[in-house]
Amino acid sequence: VRLRVFTTNHRELGTLYLLLALAAVIAGTLLSLIMRLHRVWPDLALPFFGTIKPEGYLALVTMHGTLMIFFVLTTAPQIGFANLVLPEQIGARSMAFPRLNAAAFWLTALALLVLLAAFFVPQGAPISGWTSYPPLSAVAAAGPGEGAGMDLWLASIGVFCLASWLGAVNMLVTILGERRVGMTWPRLPMTVWAWLVTSILTLLVFSVLLAAIILLFSDRHFGSSFFVPRGDLINGHIVGHGDGSPLLWLHLFWFFGHPEVYIAVLPGMGLATSLFANFARRRVAGYRVMAAMLVVIGLLGLVVWGHHMFVSGMNPYAGTAFALTTIAIAVPSTVEVLGWLAMLWGGRLRLRTPMLFALGFLSFFIAGGLTGPILAQPALDAYLHNTFFVVAHFHLVMAMAGVFSIFGGIYYWFPLMTGRMMNETLGKLHFWITLIAAYGTFFPMHFSGLAGEPRHYERLTGPVTSFSAIAANERGITFSALLLASAQLIFLWNVFASARRGPAAETNPWEATTLEWAPEMARGRVERGPYEYEILANETNFHPQWEMASKQE
Amino acid sequence: MPLHAILLEAVRVARSPVWMPPDGASHGPALDHLMRWNLIAFCLCFLVAHAWLIAAVLRKRTPKRSMAPNALPWIILIALCAMYVWMAVTAQRLWAENRFVGPAPAAMQIEVVGEQFQWYFRYPGEDAAFGTTRPELVNAAEGNPLGLDVRDARGKDDVVSSVLVLPVGREADLRLRSLDVIHGFFVPGMRLKENAVPGLVLHVHFTPSVIGTYPILCSQVCGSGHARMQAMLSVVSQAEFQEWLAARGRARIEEGAP
Repeated sequence: VRLRVFTTNHRELGTLYLLLALAAVIAGTLLSLIMRLHRVWPDLALPFFGTIKPEGYLALVTMHGTLMIFFVLTTAPQIGFANLVLPEQIGARSMAFPRLNAAAFWLTALALLVLLAAFFVPQGAPISGWTSYPPLSAVAAAGPGEGAGMDLWLASIGVFCLASWLGAVNMLVTILGERRVGMTWPRLPMTVWAWLVTSILTLLVFSVLLAAIILLFSDRHFGSSFFVPRGDLINGHIVGHGDGSPLLWLHLFWFFGHPEVYIAVLPGMGLATSLFANFARRRVAGYRVMAAMLVVIGLLGLVVWGHHMFVSGMNPYAGTAFALTTIAIAVPSTVEVLGWLAMLWGGRLRLRTPMLFALGFLSFFIAGGLTGPILAQPALDAYLHNTFFVVAHFHLVMAMAGVFSIFGGIYYWFPLMTGRMMNETLGKLHFWITLIAAYGTFFPMHFSGLAGEPRHYERLTGPVTSFSAIAANERGITFSALLLASAQLIFLWNVFASARRGPAAETNPWEATTLEWAPEMARGRVERGPYEYEILANETNFHPQWEMASKQE
Repeated sequence: MPLHAILLEAVRVARSPVWMPPDGASHGPALDHLMRWNLIAFCLCFLVAHAWLIAAVLRKRTPKRSMAPNALPWIILIALCAMYVWMAVTAQRLWAENRFVGPAPAAMQIEVVGEQFQWYFRYPGEDAAFGTTRPELVNAAEGNPLGLDVRDARGKDDVVSSVLVLPVGREADLRLRSLDVIHGFFVPGMRLKENAVPGLVLHVHFTPSVIGTYPILCSQVCGSGHARMQAMLSVVSQAEFQEWLAARGRARIEEGAP
């Protein structure tokens, strides 16, 4: 597909969003590698960076988290893939608001530039983590990077909120209003269900985040005191003149922050369902239950935010309430996993690269998901909170599951973007190295966490503890992270080489049933469900959604 | 790096068991027990799910006889839900014991104050009352890191220390404060974590049960010195504790400063 920069074509915008996410993920990965090297060899001098100062490490943590969560995991699986295929999947010609769509992309690109600019202002990028807890984030004197860097961070995320709204409004209106005749709710591909839920979540929670960001900005520059308590003493100066509460920020932030996790992972769940159906050549057993559970996860996701705050000073009774809602969310998640495992049980899977990545998604969703109920128990979280156990948990269930669903989607939809197929051998090599190295990187972090190693520590050896017991574990993690990052060169090569010279793709290379694969002329009424695959004797058969119901073979 | 070196490294990692540090608090054994069972249960779930997944990938043919999978997922679902309920209930019991109930009236009061990048511990002295502090009086260079107000007589016998010394077997009631930003008071060996939040006074209580020293960490990113914001908890016998406190009290009166 030719790619114009100022376009309102949804598929081109989808590709642009994916390229933006690619730029962000490359930057974010490089930052994480510097962090890993520094943790193991704190005195190593790196080219361009030199030896890393403590605040430099914290700036890396902050920027790594912000880039990955907002510009990769929120952008690619949601608005990126939705632009690529959502209109076609529901039989629409385009998104409901093409110019709004383009505006949303350009705002996202602006937000990314503003964020990266934080590295280049005096004192550099902010050091308060992607959660930006005040008063550290509210007062410039609280640390290096909390001045201009923090202002740029706030501006960037504020613009990102606006862009996400525009994108979500567009998706929501498209799904509600632009479906082709006959595209009823039970005929929606599972990806569309996921985008429906994430766009509603985006509208609800990004508004709260934007409000919180404006309040924090006001505390920083207009003398208000929403988040700074009376008498707060920073760097020898009393900065708290009103009677604000840092806990207010935690509530507002996590009201956004937890649903954000579901915004990142729900599209992957929808995509995995579609890929399992396609490559297992099976219907989705319990389609209605699976779709309903996506909605339930989204709804419950709005009332679990307090599990990030068990030890924050929140009332312990509230901790119990949030523990119960959080354990409750394990139930629909378990239903989804069991549904997938049941679909796969029939065997005879077509193990093409997109399917492998969908299976990898499932593996990480299980591995990371299972530690969720542990962290949901306040008594256990009171030990594990803010240790590497949590880092392991969310890197498996959100980051790796999310990234594997993104890879699955790219290998699967690449023919739609370029008219060419990606190389299968390189794809499989990429999958296996990435799978093993990702487990090698994130699984051992559980043990560092159990040993009590807190997050955000720029070095293991402190005044009273050396964490010498986990030094070998940490070295292993760093080697594995280097392997994990190197394996992505195979992917990059595959993408760019295949886009130029890959074999030409057929119209429907995966023998899929959903409408994004329909030939140009198919413009009839939709009369079928999304996953009409069947296995007859030794033949497999399938009925695409664009096929007339009367014309059954 | 040559392959054999990587393999040696892998063996070294596998051989060094990494676990929670030894527990030194009376509520710890129950928590460690719960943690162990949770990890075992979820490890089993992980292994079973992956065995299932690998078997599904390896299957070349659909079995002729239907596996009747319709009931099986529901049975597994109900079993897993029962496990979640069990976890919620057992963990809640432990949480309620530690956090819903306040300390016994005889518990020793100690104030823990976090500031960038230092922990301070204040003992109320013989009058068992903390003197007033005011942020505008804070001056660490002149020996008044917490801003004790000399006009308040209750503060005259307060002892401020950078080491937390506790007598073994006596419940400690910590009142956590922060002067500047949010800090995380984390004592892995005491299985204890609670944030120190500016503007709030938060209480946590526990009973040290094993004599020894335990690192105190900051678990909430608080600025450039976050990783070195550490202190030591020293659990000693009752007699040693009295001796230490008395010596600190005398020193304070002689020097006129903590």
